[in-house]
Amino acid sequence: MGLFQKHQALERHSLLLTVGILVVVAIGGIVEIAPLFYLENTIEKVQGMRPYTPLELAGRNVYIREGCYTCHSQMIRPLRDEVERYGPYSLAAESMYDHPFQWGSKRTGPDLARVGGKYSNEWHLDHMTNPRSVVPESIMPPYAFLSDNTLHIENIADHLKTLRFEGVPYTDDMIENAKTDLIAQVDPNADYDSQDALVARYEEASGRKGTVTIGDFDGDRTRITEMDAVIAYLQMTGTLVDFSTYEADDLSNRR
Amino acid sequence: MSDDKTEIDPHSGVETTGHSWDGIKELNNPLPRWWLIVWYATIFWAVVYMILMPAWPALPGLGGTNTPGILGKSDRAEVAAKVSTMRAERSVASQQLMSSSLVEIQDDLNLQQFAMAMGESAFGDNCATCHGSGGRGAKGYPMLADDVWLWDGSLDGIEQTVRHGIRHTSDELTRLSAMPAFGRDNLLTSAEIDDLVQHVLSYSDRQTNPESASKGSVLFAAQCASCHGVDAKGSRLVGAPNLTDAEWLFGGEPADIRATITNARNAHMPAWQGRLDDPTIKALAVYVHSLGGGE
Repeated sequence: MGLFQKHQALERHSLLLTVGILVVVAIGGIVEIAPLFYLENTIEKVQGMRPYTPLELAGRNVYIREGCYTCHSQMIRPLRDEVERYGPYSLAAESMYDHPFQWGSKRTGPDLARVGGKYSNEWHLDHMTNPRSVVPESIMPPYAFLSDNTLHIENIADHLKTLRFEGVPYTDDMIENAKTDLIAQVDPNADYDSQDALVARYEEASGRKGTVTIGDFDGDRTRITEMDAVIAYLQMTGTLVDFSTYEADDLSNRR
Repeated sequence: MSDDKTEIDPHSGVETTGHSWDGIKELNNPLPRWWLIVWYATIFWAVVYMILMPAWPALPGLGGTNTPGILGKSDRAEVAAKVSTMRAERSVASQQLMSSSLVEIQDDLNLQQFAMAMGESAFGDNCATCHGSGGRGAKGYPMLADDVWLWDGSLDGIEQTVRHGIRHTSDELTRLSAMPAFGRDNLLTSAEIDDLVQHVLSYSDRQTNPESASKGSVLFAAQCASCHGVDAKGSRLVGAPNLTDAEWLFGGEPADIRATITNARNAHMPAWQGRLDDPTIKALAVYVHSLGGGE
């Protein structure tokens, strides 16, 4: 009963009890927080990662809004069959600008971490409009309404600003030009100067050529729809990192 | 109030902790022994696990990595080893694939079987999404199991298409052509497009307005024949389809044809070089060639 008696002293003095609780909670807190100090060590050194362009970010927001993550993960696990089917396993670095990340352990549909560039824009449009028209055995619900919804772009700069607050390296330049950048990426009638400026801004951040795709993604040239944004987002997933320069065998990249 | 003697609560018959608040005493119901044993065992196992497996990150003297653990387990190293074992298992046949021409592969029974198996699984993973399982195609996505080819149905032609894609502009060797959007870009008036539709329908004897169709034939010669040919039988040099047969990639109804002339159809197939390795691309060429229409 000796321990119980000491415990009684704690329970009978509110200040002692407060201090005791503080110490216990602090231990729990440190255990949870300390690994965050080593986050840098867990992110691989890669070439090519850049923040999302405004259009891709808008598409990602629609992707999250529609709950695509409930059926599609974006995480290729380091397993032989996954690597064979989807390509190189996902790196921590590939989701370092994701808030929130789109990893997952449950797949009803296939993993989308590297779907970028795998199919044509037309396929994505057909598939989201009516999944059964291209994949008869598919059980995915149609998302045809995305073609009807005009993309809300007025507040896009605020989205970039918020993400910068969370640590995504958006520059002042990127935030200032967010809206023109968004339009430049999707509008076939946008002037070349703003298209070049968009590409220059984000390729500089990426340090790699060819990471920004410009185009009319949903085949409707008259307006910018949510479909445009979602396809633009899907077409860039998993395409940024240059795997020809990534040293998978380096000890610091082993997990 | 508190002493070393245990006190039994007379009402419930359970031992009390000796604590008393305002005369109310706390009963001491200890956790079941089995539960406590399991709990201590998990704590013990956590310590063992930390020793065996990679655990603590960035301790001084580790050069920025985590403690490797006695077992030195690494998922990434394991998958790298498994992939290289798999490549080694396939290497003999893969090398044979690479060193043989596509025709030689088709003539060698063993090699052909290997290529077919490899091609079938790669097709299911990558191609069937658009071209359908077995290459049955869909509206806008060519059927690969028939003998109608837009570009080239030979073994080498199929390999070229798989490798470099169609209108995949970031690949310099991609198959490239662009049909103008006659209506959208105001190259033809709406009435002229109607005439052209009638003319195109006349190749399959479906025209409803012969006068309009004959006007359309003049327009066809001026605007369309350079790619689709004077006889409208198409040209594989530019991937222009034959307009006189019953095959319609984007639909053969008047409304479909009108939409095609108005907005153009410039379908895009991604280049697979870089995403798929060379033996897989060759195997795919053999597989697609075998689907029914190979030339």
